[in-house]
Amino acid sequence: MELDPKSRTASFLQIDQDVKLSSTISKDVEVLGIKKALKKYEWLKDYIWKLVDRNKDEYTKFADSEDVNGYFIRALPGAKVDVPVEACLYLKTKGWKQKVHNIIIAEEGSELNIISGCASHPGVTSGMHVGISEFYVKKNAKLTFTMIHSWDSDIEVRPRSATRVEENGVFISNYILMNPVKIVQAYPAAFLEGKNSKAIFSSVIVALEKTIADLGSKVVLIGENSGAEIISRTISKGGDVIARGHISGNSPGVKGHLECRGLMLSEEGSIYAIPELEAKYPNVDLSHEAAIGKIAEEEIFYLMARGLTKDEATAAIIRGFMDLDIKGLPEALKREIDKAISMVEKEITA
Amino acid sequence: MDVLRAINLGISVNGKKVLENINIYIQKGQTIALFGPNGSGKSSLISSIIGNPKYRVYDGRILFKGEDITTLPTDERVRKGLGIGFQTPPKVSGVKLRDVLQYCAKIGKREEKIEDYIDFLNMGGLVERNVNDGFSGGEVKRSELLQLLLLNPDFVMLDEPDSGVDLENIALIGEAMRELLERDKPAEERTKSGLIITHTGNILKYVDADYGMILHKGRIGCIGNPYTILESISKDGYEGCVRKCLKYPDLMQNQNQNQTQGQSQNRK
Repeated sequence: MELDPKSRTASFLQIDQDVKLSSTISKDVEVLGIKKALKKYEWLKDYIWKLVDRNKDEYTKFADSEDVNGYFIRALPGAKVDVPVEACLYLKTKGWKQKVHNIIIAEEGSELNIISGCASHPGVTSGMHVGISEFYVKKNAKLTFTMIHSWDSDIEVRPRSATRVEENGVFISNYILMNPVKIVQAYPAAFLEGKNSKAIFSSVIVALEKTIADLGSKVVLIGENSGAEIISRTISKGGDVIARGHISGNSPGVKGHLECRGLMLSEEGSIYAIPELEAKYPNVDLSHEAAIGKIAEEEIFYLMARGLTKDEATAAIIRGFMDLDIKGLPEALKREIDKAISMVEKEITA
Repeated sequence: MDVLRAINLGISVNGKKVLENINIYIQKGQTIALFGPNGSGKSSLISSIIGNPKYRVYDGRILFKGEDITTLPTDERVRKGLGIGFQTPPKVSGVKLRDVLQYCAKIGKREEKIEDYIDFLNMGGLVERNVNDGFSGGEVKRSELLQLLLLNPDFVMLDEPDSGVDLENIALIGEAMRELLERDKPAEERTKSGLIITHTGNILKYVDADYGMILHKGRIGCIGNPYTILESISKDGYEGCVRKCLKYPDLMQNQNQNQTQGQSQNRK
């Protein structure tokens, strides 16, 4: 975790169930533990459990409890916060079942970047993380949320998230999974209710041996001329991946594109891509492309003819595959993502 | 001193023999033009010399600067000073041309020349793109030559460097090849050698070659003055040229040839 004010606007750290740190450097951003926030702001009751249904499944029911914790992050109206807010959820006790409920609000005209690392303590091989997150992107606001997951081989991870985007609002979600995990299963939804609102979901998923990653996003295009992009790059090196994506077009002028690309690096494991498009209005423009394959031998050979060893050539191609070149991503976040990618590079090219 | 030698080389692809009993001998500073009809095995020959695993050496050996490289992986051959320019290289998704140039320049010890050569080949607008991604015919060839100039090989093989290239670009490509093969230096100062595959011979208007060679039906059929051979091919066809060559072995020789040059040992 970074505590340098130049690289973080605010920080939040929760270990197991306890909030250990919540500090804000900027007056434009508020960061509190959710319990404290609910006490402080009565109006928050209009935000909690409003996008995610508390009775959705056994995990939402499990998280709907008195001892839930989590973060409340809010960018005040018109605030432009370039430097990211860091929120870290940490599992320290072996076997612990962590319950989290987060509420994130980008008020009208604000810009907010959040980097969220969810991780387990070295040696904590078993446990569970259930995280409810509700994101509100108000009129003309822009929220970029980057999540890097690094769990361990026997941890079960069940995030349940949803986002509401108002007129001209933009929600950008980046998700990176690099470490092994027993199962991570999430299917965040975004409801683009406002006119001209936008959502972009990008994910890079590496499933190593014994990992089950059932991940994807769903976007419902409700506002006129709203648009969505769902892009995923999945790599299986022995793990099983389900790459989902669903875009539903419900009003005139909406546009959506879904792209799932998968790379199989071992004989074990699987990738199952399920891109879904749904139109409920004639004037919509929805498309998808999905492709799964292995690294082309001729591309490796080409790079070897330029002097790269087979391993170097393979690594360069895999790195290129994972590089989504996400537009408008702040440098600090790009660095974090690059760091995560280079850490896993060795593992998958071995 | 010989740079490259193929001795009784036999190549198969997917179990099918495509080349047999090939003998080639190329000296330091020499550039050879390799002619031959479609499917005669020209690309197979250079693919096997660079070590493409699809091309299996079932017989013979390849020596580079006196060392047997027959079983070496491609990247090791390249680091020893072999280079290849492909006719239709693949698009390499996600890998930027600039990154590949950096690799090449490191091996060729020409890191300080990267920008100069990018300008020389007019590739400034393309280096941040993925390799060959959406490149035009001429851009692909210029990209190949740019990589090779930075790789700075002692022996370079170029597969149809002028195919699909417009007139304006051919001159530039010719110039780059002359630089690569040191053709603008006096013959005795040249240290670089090359093998240029050319179907039409057009490129020989822009870069000269010391010798011409015909590959016909999987064998070396003719060796001699490249311009005489080219003329004979256009008059008599490949078959006719090879026949003439066998009948009058001296006809195609360079007038000033007084040392052992590239020779074929498998004349029928």
